[in-house]
Amino acid sequence: MSVSVSSATTSATSATSRPAGPRRRGRRSGSALSGWLYALPTALFVVFLFLVPLVLVFQMSGSDWPLLGGNQGVNFPENYQKAVDNRFFVDSVIFTLKYTVLATVLLIGLGLGLGLLVQESSRWKGLLRTSFLIPSALGLASASLLFYVIYSPIAGPFAELTKSWGFTFLGTPDAALWSTLFLIVWRFAGFYMLLMLVGLQGIPDEVYEAARIDGASRWQTFRDVTIPLLKPTLALTTVMCVTGSLLAFEQFYILTKGGPDNSTITIVQLIYSVAFQGPNNLGVAGALSVIVLAALVVINIVQIRAFSKKVED
Amino acid sequence: MTATIEPTTEPAASAPAPRAAARSRRRPQKGVSLGGIALRMPFWVLTSALAIIFLYPLIWTAVSSVAPLPGTNQTDGWGFGNYVTLANYQDGILQYIGNSVFVSLLTVVLTLGISLLGGYAFARFDFRGKNVLFLATIAILMVPYATLLIPLYVLLNLVGLSNSLVGVALVLTMFQLPFSTFMMRIAFESIPRELDEAGMVDGCNSWTVLWKVLVPAVKPGLITVGLFAFLAAWNDFMAPLILINDSARMTLPLAISNLRGQVQGVVDYGATEAGVVVLALPCIVLFLILQRHYVRGFMSGAFKG
Repeated sequence: MSVSVSSATTSATSATSRPAGPRRRGRRSGSALSGWLYALPTALFVVFLFLVPLVLVFQMSGSDWPLLGGNQGVNFPENYQKAVDNRFFVDSVIFTLKYTVLATVLLIGLGLGLGLLVQESSRWKGLLRTSFLIPSALGLASASLLFYVIYSPIAGPFAELTKSWGFTFLGTPDAALWSTLFLIVWRFAGFYMLLMLVGLQGIPDEVYEAARIDGASRWQTFRDVTIPLLKPTLALTTVMCVTGSLLAFEQFYILTKGGPDNSTITIVQLIYSVAFQGPNNLGVAGALSVIVLAALVVINIVQIRAFSKKVED
Repeated sequence: MTATIEPTTEPAASAPAPRAAARSRRRPQKGVSLGGIALRMPFWVLTSALAIIFLYPLIWTAVSSVAPLPGTNQTDGWGFGNYVTLANYQDGILQYIGNSVFVSLLTVVLTLGISLLGGYAFARFDFRGKNVLFLATIAILMVPYATLLIPLYVLLNLVGLSNSLVGVALVLTMFQLPFSTFMMRIAFESIPRELDEAGMVDGCNSWTVLWKVLVPAVKPGLITVGLFAFLAAWNDFMAPLILINDSARMTLPLAISNLRGQVQGVVDYGATEAGVVVLALPCIVLFLILQRHYVRGFMSGAFKG
């Protein structure tokens, strides 16, 4: 399900599939050692900063491991029991899922819409693309801080307006959720637009030509040509968006601080607070992390299966 | 810097441009007649409104950071009072900018170095465990940030890198590796092997070929990798949040975020606005200059599923 539009991907596959001549092979097998040496820094980083921590988090999830005390011995399966029994666990799972569904629908829909809007090249459309993309250069933390001020009932540009309407951006659980969603759409819509544009450019023009000759309307062309041929891109963007949204942290940590009334706590926020705010229990945080990792792997496999089935149809 | 979605350097990427032009040529010419202009009006209004929605928060923040607001250091008249607050916040904004610059530059240098050598190894050499190592590198993408940061916090403490900006840069570099290694592998693979062989014939070994022949050829890829690494490192919030406790070693996003609740729980919105400007400005400037390279990161197929 690769986005098969780029020259780079195609040349990459052709480069690897090109049969190596005997002369070349002789030279290359002689340099296996140099190959390893060049790959050594990558290997060191992957082993010590990725694989070892990954193993360690599994060990922590089965151990009694306070923040300052270190490993205090096996505590399995109590950690997992505690993780699931946490009074915010169920609420945070439900909230994270709700947020993920809304964010994914909004971002995929708007990303596609913006992509279609600025698809053709023109000076104005180029300017539009740039303005949609600029927020993507900001970090999520910067964007959250920016909207923290904009949503403020004291300093924000809508302060007077919200006062007279008796409305606040972050005052009720629903308002806080939608205000955060607006921030996320603002920050990421251009990013998804760009991915959609890459996909749209991969659709050969002849297909549109054929649809035009068959007398298809704009809507029919969109539904029966664009959407099916965009499926690999839609699959990729959906998987990325779901993964990113399930792991949402900064936007809620900075903007809503989990409030009001703990209504906007995501699962990653829960992990953070169990580990570093209050309980300081790295064992339970590890257990939660493993649960999230497992859920993420399952959800992604289900998504990829679902999309590849649809592509086959 | 407008027509950037089709970088002209890439053959496949530049192809859609004439195609799109042809497509619009086929359409009946709009915009000549008055009726045509009227038909296009909704499009102009809609797209202008969208552009305003995307740009307004940035412009508003930049303007109000120098505008008067009660409860800030800039109560009447326009000026840079909020930036003065920022400059005097705890250890001073310069300290935090310095920390962020250090972390970002170290991350960029490490990412460039490791992915340059790694991409070279994956593209040009055969060795045992090559595919396993490549898959393991890509698998970093699959694991949640928080899942790795908690054990990394313990591990870095163990090796004496607790509370250390170097530790943060190492962690951020690791998170950059899937994208950058993939990107550099593709960059090397798109260069014809005849180029290295010519260098070998001239008496170069693989190391000198890399530096004399290949590095100039993969330079666009390096710029893309460096840009992504910088934006990620400069903006990262969660890694320093978990790995740094000492307030003198906080990075800029962390410092600006903490600044909000300082004065008896009263938020200094003006200083926050100024902080957002300081945070965002380098990213926006860099993005506008290197937009073509940013877009190439997506065109490369590095984001394939």
